[in-house]
Amino acid sequence: MKIALFGNPNTGKSSMFNLLTGLRQQVSNFPGVTIEKRSGTLKIGDQKHELTDFPGTYSIYPHSLDEEIVCQVVTNPTHEDFPELAIVVVDASNLERNMLLFTQLYDLKIPLVLVLNMWDIAEKNGVKIDIQALESVFPGTPMITMNARIGLGKERLLAAISTSKRAQELSPFYNGFFPCPIDDKDAQKQEMQDRYEKLRAILPTIQGKKSSVKSTFSRKLDAILIHRFWGYFIFSAVLLIIFQFIFAFATFPMDWIEHLFITLSTWLSGALPQGVLNNLLTQGILPGIGGVLMFIPQIALLFFFIALLEESGYLSRVVFIMDRLMRPFGLNGKSIVPLMSSVACAIPGIMATRTISDWKERLITIIIAPLMSCSARIPVYTLLIALVIPKTYVFGFISLQGLVLFALYSLGLVAALLLALVLKKFIRSKDKGFLIMEMPEYKKPRWNNIMISITEKIKVFVWDAGKVILAISILLWVLASYGPSDSMSAKIKSVKESALYKKSTEPQKETMIASAKLEGSFIGITGKYIEPIISPLGYDWKIGISLITSFAAREVFVGSLSTIYAVHDENERHENLQTHLKEARRSDGTPVYTLATGASLMVFYVFAMQCMATLAVVKKETKSWRWPLIQLVIMGIMAYVGALITYLLLT
Amino acid sequence: MSKALSEIALGEIVIVESITHPYLSNKLIEMGMQAGTELELLYKAPFGDPIAICMHGSMISLRLDEAKYIHVSSIPI
Repeated sequence: MKIALFGNPNTGKSSMFNLLTGLRQQVSNFPGVTIEKRSGTLKIGDQKHELTDFPGTYSIYPHSLDEEIVCQVVTNPTHEDFPELAIVVVDASNLERNMLLFTQLYDLKIPLVLVLNMWDIAEKNGVKIDIQALESVFPGTPMITMNARIGLGKERLLAAISTSKRAQELSPFYNGFFPCPIDDKDAQKQEMQDRYEKLRAILPTIQGKKSSVKSTFSRKLDAILIHRFWGYFIFSAVLLIIFQFIFAFATFPMDWIEHLFITLSTWLSGALPQGVLNNLLTQGILPGIGGVLMFIPQIALLFFFIALLEESGYLSRVVFIMDRLMRPFGLNGKSIVPLMSSVACAIPGIMATRTISDWKERLITIIIAPLMSCSARIPVYTLLIALVIPKTYVFGFISLQGLVLFALYSLGLVAALLLALVLKKFIRSKDKGFLIMEMPEYKKPRWNNIMISITEKIKVFVWDAGKVILAISILLWVLASYGPSDSMSAKIKSVKESALYKKSTEPQKETMIASAKLEGSFIGITGKYIEPIISPLGYDWKIGISLITSFAAREVFVGSLSTIYAVHDENERHENLQTHLKEARRSDGTPVYTLATGASLMVFYVFAMQCMATLAVVKKETKSWRWPLIQLVIMGIMAYVGALITYLLLT
Repeated sequence: MSKALSEIALGEIVIVESITHPYLSNKLIEMGMQAGTELELLYKAPFGDPIAICMHGSMISLRLDEAKYIHVSSIPI
C-alpha cells in the first residue's frame, strides 16, 4: 500500500518517518520536479508498504517550491504518488492550527490516520483532548497519541493503519468550494478562514482551555542565543569549534582511505596481467573511486554538526540572527544552511536550497555556494601552503600556515558575498522572498535521527558527485595515457636515453616513463598549449596539466603533480613531492614554486569552478545549462583575475 | 488605536485587526493568524529585524517588512 506522511513543520514528522522505516529509506526525486522524495519501507507484520514523507506544510496550498509537491499530489488522484492512506502528524499542543491541513486532506477523501504527536509535552502543558469526541467529528479516522521521538505508540499506530477506511460517502468537514485553484488566493483565503471558524466552534468541547505554559528553559536560552552580541559571538564560536573538529579528526581517516586505495591499486597492478585493462583499473577507476570515498569522513563530520544544530532547534535561531545580514546580499537567512553545508561539499549544500521559497534568493545561493571552500580544496591548499608558507608563528602562538588557510576560506566567503551583491542587481525576478518561519522549542537531539540524516547526505554525495567524478577521472585517464603516437614515443625515447634515467632505480624509471607519457599525451600537449595564457599567473605547462585534470575533482591536482614530476610517494604526506616541487626550476634557473606562484595558485583554487559534479547538480536544480555555464565563466574570470593580481602583487 | 505589528514594543501583547500583505496574507492565515488573534512580541533580532512573536503558543519569526502589514491594537485593559 502507498502510504504518505503529512503534517505541519516541526511536528516530529521526520522522527516519525525514521521510526517507521528505520534504515530502510532512500532519497529520490518526485517525477518532473527537483523536490526530494524521501521514501522507505514500512513493515507491518508480513506486509511491506511504501511510505513517502512529504514536506511539512500548514495547508495544501503551497508557498514555496517544496510545498508545491503536496498540492500536486493530493489534488490529483491519478498522480503516481497519490497515497492510498495518509498519516497526518499533528502537534497535540497546537491542535487548532494543525487541524487545518488535516481537514483539507479529510475532505479530499484520502483514508487518514491522525497522530497526536508530542503527547508527552502536551500533557506537561496541561492540554486535555477528548479523543473520542474528536473521532466522532471525523468518522473512519483512527486517532493515536504518540511520542514519536522515543517510539511510544508505534504499535498502536501500526494497528490503526490496518483499520483505517475512509468511506467515500462520508460528508466532508467543509461544505464550501474545495479544493480551490492554485492561483485563486482569495478563494483559498475564504476557505481557510471558514475552516478555522468551524474548527474554533467545535474544538472547545474537545479540548479543554489551554493554559499557556511556555517553557522557561527555551526562553532563557533564546535570550542569550539571540542577543545582539552574544548571539553572533556564540555562533562564531560554534563555527570555529566545528571547523577545528573537522581538521583535527577528519584528516586521519582521509589519509587512511587514500593509503588503502594506493595499496590496492599497486597490488592489483601487479596481480593482473599488464595491459590497457590493468591501467584503466589501477590508474583510472581505482584512484577515481578512492578520490571520492576519501572525503566521506570530512563530509560526515560536518553534516553531523549541522544535523545536531538542526535537531536541537538552534539552527532556526541562526537563521533568525543571520537573516538581516544576508538580505543586503540578495540572500535569505535560510541560505545559511546551504552555505555551511557547501564547506563540506557544495552538492548537498545546493540541494538544501530547496527550502528557500524565493527563486532569486535560491538561485543566488546556488551560484555562490561553490565559492565556499569545499573539502576537495583542502589537499590543494595544504600542499601549496606547506610549499611556500614558512612554518613560523605570528604573535608567538598563531601558526602562519594556519592563518593563511583561514585567509583562503575567508576569501571564498567574501567573494561569495560580493558575487551575491552583483547577481542581486542583474537577476530579474517577480517573486518576493519571505522569512515567516516557526522556531521550535529546543529539544535534546536524537542520535538516531542524526545518523540517518548523515547517511542520507553521504549517499547523495557518493552517488551524485561520485558518478560524475568517476566518469571524468576515466576520461582524463584516457586523455593522459594516449596522445598523438609520435609525440609520446618521442618523449619516452628521449627519457630513456637520458643519463638520469640510466642511473635510476626501477621504480624511479617507471615514474620517469610515466611522466614522459603524460607529457606526450593529449593532456600534456594541451598543458603546453595553454602555457602562454597561464604564465602571467606564474604557472608553467606542468601546472597547466594539473589545472586541467583538476576539472575531474580538485584534489586530483596533487596526484597529477606527482605524476608529472615523476615522484613516487610511498605515503600520503607527499613529502617527496614537496621536495621535488621546491627544487623545480624554470628555464632561467629561478624556482617555479615561489611565494608568488604558490599564492597565485591558492587564489586560483579558491575561485575556480573545477567540479563537474557540482555543475551537473546546478543544472538539475535550475533546470537548464544556462546557470552552470554562467557560474563556470564568472568563477573562471574571478580565478584568472584573482590569481593574476596575486601574482603581480607578490612578484 | 491601530498600529502595525512592526511598531510594537518588546513584551507587548496585542490583538490582530487585519492583515493587508499584498501576497503573504494567506501564509499568515494558514498559520493561524486572523482578526482577533492574540500576539506577543517576544524578541527582536540584533538590528531589530526580524522579530519573534508568540501566536497560539508557537514562536514565529517574521521580517519587519512582513510585520508592517499586520494591523494590531493593544488589548483593552
